[in-house]
This record gives sequence, C-alpha cells and structure tokens, in this order.
Amino acid sequence: MLKDLRQRWAVLGVAAMTLVALASAHGQDQKDGQAAPEAAEKPYLIKDGKVDFGTYNGYRRYEAYCLRCHGPDGAGSSYAPALVESLKRLDHEQFTDVVVNGRKNVSTSQQSVMPAFGYAEDVMLNLEDIYAYLKARSDGEVGRGRPARLPKEQDPVYKERQES
Amino acid sequence: MQKSVLLAGVAAIGMMAASLSAQANDELVQMQQNKSDWVMPLGNYSSTRYSELDQINKDNVKDLRVAWTFSTGVLRGHEGGPLVIGDTMYVHTPFPNIVYALDLNDNGRIIWKYEPKQDPDTIPVMCCDTVNRGVAYGNGMIFLHQADTTLVALDAKTGEVKWTAVNGDPKKGETGTSAPMVIKDKVLIGISGGEFGVQGHLSAYNISDGKLAWRGYSTGPDDQTLMDPEKTTHLGQPVGKDSGTATWEGDQWKIGGGTTWGWMSYDPELNLVYYGTGNPSTWNPVQRPGDNRWSMTIFARDADTGMAKWVYQMTPHDEWDFDGVNEMILADKEIGGQQRKVLVHFDRNGFGYTLDRVTGELLVAEKFDPAVNWATEVDKTTGRPKVVDQFSTHHQGEDVNTTGICPAALGTKDQQPAAYSPKSGLFYVPTNHVCMDYEPFAVSYTAGQPYVGATLSMYPAPGGDHLGNFIAWDAAEGKIVWSNPEPFSVWSGALATAGDVVFYGTLEGYLKAVDAADGKELYSFKTPSGIIGNVNTYEHGGKQYVAVLSGVGGWAGIGLAAGLTEDTAGLGAVGAYKALSSYTNLGGQLTVFTLP
Repeated sequence: MLKDLRQRWAVLGVAAMTLVALASAHGQDQKDGQAAPEAAEKPYLIKDGKVDFGTYNGYRRYEAYCLRCHGPDGAGSSYAPALVESLKRLDHEQFTDVVVNGRKNVSTSQQSVMPAFGYAEDVMLNLEDIYAYLKARSDGEVGRGRPARLPKEQDPVYKERQES
Repeated sequence: MQKSVLLAGVAAIGMMAASLSAQANDELVQMQQNKSDWVMPLGNYSSTRYSELDQINKDNVKDLRVAWTFSTGVLRGHEGGPLVIGDTMYVHTPFPNIVYALDLNDNGRIIWKYEPKQDPDTIPVMCCDTVNRGVAYGNGMIFLHQADTTLVALDAKTGEVKWTAVNGDPKKGETGTSAPMVIKDKVLIGISGGEFGVQGHLSAYNISDGKLAWRGYSTGPDDQTLMDPEKTTHLGQPVGKDSGTATWEGDQWKIGGGTTWGWMSYDPELNLVYYGTGNPSTWNPVQRPGDNRWSMTIFARDADTGMAKWVYQMTPHDEWDFDGVNEMILADKEIGGQQRKVLVHFDRNGFGYTLDRVTGELLVAEKFDPAVNWATEVDKTTGRPKVVDQFSTHHQGEDVNTTGICPAALGTKDQQPAAYSPKSGLFYVPTNHVCMDYEPFAVSYTAGQPYVGATLSMYPAPGGDHLGNFIAWDAAEGKIVWSNPEPFSVWSGALATAGDVVFYGTLEGYLKAVDAADGKELYSFKTPSGIIGNVNTYEHGGKQYVAVLSGVGGWAGIGLAAGLTEDTAGLGAVGAYKALSSYTNLGGQLTVFTLP
C-alpha cells in the first residue's frame, strides 16, 4: 500500500497537467470509459491504517464542499450519488472533469445538478487531496469517519508540503 | 386643476390601499379562527399548530384510516404541509416548486396546477436538498416562494399569475426555501444561503403589485438593519449606532450570513412580526472575530415599517452552526406568578427560550435535551450562554478537531415546527439527539461558491441508542414533561388538537398519534416515504381529516440516508447506525386520514 513518494508526485504532476489540458482545451474528446494510465497508481499513502496529510486534508475538504449533497464520508444522500461507488467507475480524468465543469441530469423524475467548481479556488486547490481521499474510500482502504493521520515525522507528504 | 385631480387620485389610491390593508388583515385574523380551515403553514399567526377540532380524539384515534392519497410527482425532500381554505387544498412541492389546488369535494381532483420554469443551476446552491416549506394565502391569492427566490402571486381560484417579484440572486448563492407570511397588505419572505456568504434579510412586498415595501437586513449599518440606535433594544438596552457592523471585523458583515430561512409569527395587537436569523458565515469562527450581530438572533419588527423593536442574540459568535431560525410560538402564560404575553422558541443550540414578546425580556432558558453540553447555562441578565472551553471550536482553534459536542450542527431541533396546546398548556417538540466533532479551517470567499470552512461528523448522543426524541415541554418552568425516544431524528412538524391527541411523523415514514397528557402511542401508520413534512388537520363535510406530506430528504436525508458513523470520542452506542435507506425510499405523497 505504501507507495514510492516520487510516484505519488508523478501522479499529481499528471493530474495538474490534466487540469491545465481541461482548462485550455475544453470540449476536446476524451477517451470515454477507458481507464487512464494513472488510475492504476494510488494517490494516497497509508501506513498502519494511518493516512498521509494530503488524504487527511482531502477528508476535511470533502466534508466542507461535498458533504451537503454527497453525504458524510462519500456515502451518498437521498438525492446525490455515493462517490465511494462512483469512483469505482470514474477515473481521475473523468472525476476532474465533473468537478471542474459540473454535470446536469434533469428530467421529470430527477433534478440532479453538480455545480461547476472550476472557479472555486478552495476546491481547485484541494482537488487532488479530495480525489485521494475518495479514492482511498472507494478502494476500501479508508473507512467511515475521520481517518487517523500519520504522525508528522512519519509523513513524507506533510514534510514535503512544509518545505514547499 | 391637473394638480388637484392628481392629488384626488393619490388620495383615492391611499384610501384604497388603506381599505385593502384593513381587508387583508381582518381577513386572515378572522380566517385563522375558523377551525375547519388550515390557512397558514403553522396554523395561525401565533404558530401554535393547534386545532380546536375534536372529532378525532384520544379514544377513537386508534380507528383512524387512510381516506385518500395524492402523489406530488416529485421525489426530493418534502417539508412543510398543505393549506386548506374552504373546499380547496393547496399542496406545494420541492424544486421545481409545483403548486396544486385540489378539490376536496371530489377526492382531491386537480383544479389547477402551477409549475414555474426555473434554472436548474439553482439546485446545487441550495444548501441541503431542494426543500420548500409551503405557500401562503392572502386576499384571494396563493403566494409561492420559489427556489430561485422569485415570489409569485397566483389567483387562488385559477392559478393565474398576478405578479412576480425577485428577492435575490442564486448566482450569489441566494435561494428561497421558506414559506411566506401575509400580514395586512404585505407578504413577507426570508432568504436562504448561509453556507454561501449571503447577507440575510426579511423582505416585505405589497400584495397589490409585488413592489418591495421594506427590507430589514440581519447585518449592516442601521439603514440596512432598520434599527434605531436608541429605540431598538437588546434585553432592555438600546443597541447603539450601527450595531449590525460594530461586532464584525471590517466588511465581513457583507458576507456575514444571518439568513432567514425559518418561520415567522405575528401578533396583530402589537403589530410585531417575529422571526430568527441563521448562522454567521463562515462556519470557521476564528475567521470572523466578534459577536457577529445580528446573526443567531430573535427579531421583533414592526410589520408596517420593518423597524426593529427588540432583538435577542441567542448564540453570539456562533462556533457550531446553531441557526436561530426555528419557529416563534406566541402564547399567554403565567410565569413566576405574573401573566405574560410570551414567545417560546426551541433553538438549534438546545435551549428552550421563553421571552416576554412585548419587551424582549428573557424569562426562561433551559436545555430541552439533557445531552446539550456546549454551554452550561444562559445568563439571564446578559443573555449570553456560558460556553464550555472543551466544546468551543474557536477556543480549540483552527485545524483542531473538537470532539463530543452536543448537539450536532443540525441542532437539538431544526426547522420542524413544534405545537402548543392551550388546553394542556404544553409544547410538543420534535427533536434530534445527535452529537458531533467539528473542525474549523481557513476558507476564502467566492460569490456563489460554498463558504463553509468546517468539517464535521455526526453520531448518536452518548449512551443513547436513538437519534431523536418527541417531547412535551413546560415553557414556564423550562422542564421536559415527557419524552418518547425515536430511532431517528424527528424531522416532522407536530400538530396538537382539542381531541387531546398530538400527531407527528417519523423519518421511517410513520404518522403517529400520541396522548397529549403522557405521550402514550395511540396510533401509527407507515406512509410510503419518510416524513419531514408538517401534520395538519381540517374539517370538510362534517368530518375531521389529518393530512401529511411524505417524501424523505432535506438535511435529514444527508446525514441519515447512509447512516451515521461511529464517533471518534467513543461516546455513541452501537446499534444506532442503521441506515435510514433500509427503512424508506424517496417519494412525494400526501396522505389524508379520517375516522371510518
């Protein structure tokens, strides 16, 4: 489960490029339904059941920006899907696309609207962390509730961010 | 010549306005006394949700059966309840906010249906589901407060649109969920969006033409809050100049919340309208030092001018999201040997308040759930809660997870309105029995984007295996008289009747009838979906009916659909985490009950 940190940052790098690509070339056809290569990598770091700072921050940010519709811990509500399930289907690219651009599914029986968070600074700045948390939930690596955090001295992600 | 004609014209309009005012005022003051009807969402101007009807009583309620049902065609959370005026019932729905007029002479045949066209982009800026708490009647019109903040006046007979007015901008996170109230020649509405940094206000529109008559903000300088620094009082003391900006840092009051998404009450003799304001934005208290006046406040405003007569801030500098918007029940009570015109309010913060509604004097403030722990008591002189440092999310600080706070952010009671029976003298209160962990962190404001800044997790109160209680409350003493545990939060508005029966709904979908004296369950029936609507009653063709909307959702649908989590403090009991989704499913339906 514990991944090489460089790999993790490589993933984030790809993610950042994806974001840039989405922002600059919006509307370009994506490889529909095909898993992107980075989906095979784990965007989170877990040691002895404890998560890295990024995943932990993802939990906090999820609960702040997403909970009111998608329910606590990505478990869904009476009117928005459980993202724990959604992330078993959506790859990183598709996830990013929906968060940045939103999505509408409005009919006589359904009024589902995901807002576009592309201009929400706090969401965009924490997007990778939110993804890491939800992916960890979806992979069954993190349970319900607040995840336990790695001690700072054992958390390379925390150290890396302190330095940058 | 021209001038005098003009003057005569103005005078005539003035007289018409005056007579219309008197007409509308008298009309509703009279109509609310007619026990056959249910003319406003909370039953009457005093918001007692009490009916004099007694055909259904504690001895025969066990024989209650379903008379007819009606599907609303909408699946989201159905708060509020229908109005009944004469032979017609008016039913509303969550977004897209359909209104139906149903013929009670013909098993609920649809007389007319109004469905507004609204931009679906309004949906995601609604905090917690797309609820709507009901329509209002006045002067032959039905008033609908749409999700996109449009206020519509419909002809009650035909459903034809008379006028529309726009109260806010969903692009800034301003939305409409609350029920309007008609007072004299005006219709009053609040605004939602406390999670988006909205500057809350109560606004009055002329029922004749839909023009804005006055608007009183919850925060801001005196000309916006409609306060007189000398005459407007807080616990008997003048509020002073610009009290709505003085306890905020810089311009934070402009995005300071204090939204008005709850209920209103009205005292025709005092000509005062009462309502409460919501949380200050953001949820991170560290980011907004000061008392954040007048969020979390009970307001008493002059119904004609909007001028604030008195205010009382229940939770200064909120650190838990304890919105003060719940209903204000007006009653006459003997308190400490003295007869008083009181206002009784069950706040999200877990205290049941009794105030003198003439002066705003604080008489009683006691916990209506023993689990409440964030404050030990309320100081009657200063009105301030004595906050416990351990549960103060500001004291613990940003990026610190404060654990074991009771109640949770949804409050010991949310908007689901309580009932008051003048016959038993007791208040019947639907409550939540849920606690939380709360971690505030820094956020930045972007118009139209969530402005929250806190993470929270909710779980059952310590030692309990249930998430809600339905209680009877003595507002003079500030004491619980009886308390019925419920597996889930009670999210349905209560109804008390002269038949000594109290009704409420549950999240699993049960409509329940209990004995007003001791809470003993007398009847229950499982409707197709969880009940977050308010029970009402009316009489038609010599028979008493009880009606309620089913349709699970709202805040209750968020926290409970998937079940709550184990608490991090290790206080909750195993067994209470069962998912609500294993008990009920979505679906908007009206169920009407009567005796055989």
